[in-house]
Amino acid sequence: MINIMLTAALVLFAIAILISLCRIIIGPSLPDRIIALDMIGVHLVSTIAIISVIFQTTAFLEVILILAILSFISTIAFSKYIERGVIIERKHDR
Amino acid sequence: MSVSTIAEFIAVLLMLIGAIMALISAIGIIRFPDIYTRSHAATKSSTLAVLLTLLGAFLYFATTTGFVSVRLILGIVFVFITSPVAGHLITRAAYRANVKLADTTIEDELADVLKEKQQKEGK
Repeated sequence: MINIMLTAALVLFAIAILISLCRIIIGPSLPDRIIALDMIGVHLVSTIAIISVIFQTTAFLEVILILAILSFISTIAFSKYIERGVIIERKHDR
Repeated sequence: MSVSTIAEFIAVLLMLIGAIMALISAIGIIRFPDIYTRSHAATKSSTLAVLLTLLGAFLYFATTTGFVSVRLILGIVFVFITSPVAGHLITRAAYRANVKLADTTIEDELADVLKEKQQKEGK
């Protein structure tokens, strides 16, 4: 029973990732694609949580935190690139 | 059924509810008409999906092996704080980059406010 529920959850997350991959491909503007990428990162985090429960190991739990941090930083970098045109601004007073 | 089995079942049920929530948010991101409604679907419900799944994993490891994982608690707190901020930043960047609203939008109050501000600065 528990194995069936875990497999069903994994399959549902895979379907969600595939649908947001469709949005990345057909998305009309650049921020659409970035939102879909952010959603894929967030869903990968929970996929790793389910996989670590299936494998009965706690070795993958660092991956969850690191993937969440990397997804947040990349989203911020992309949105700053769209808004300002640069990611790291230079100082003007030198 | 012992207490551990019941707690295990509840943990896995939380993960399954999280997966269903993720599927709902994916349907929202493919069906909604413009980027602002899409970001509404993508940030809120996928954040809830991740929170439920990580909480389920935390409960599973805490009840079966007695391992209280601080990393999972930190992951829950971090996702809960940063995911709405990321959605806000993308939506703001999209508005500044003049991405069109949907055709069914009735009024755009932010455009009026920005226009008034530009007129004041022009004087």
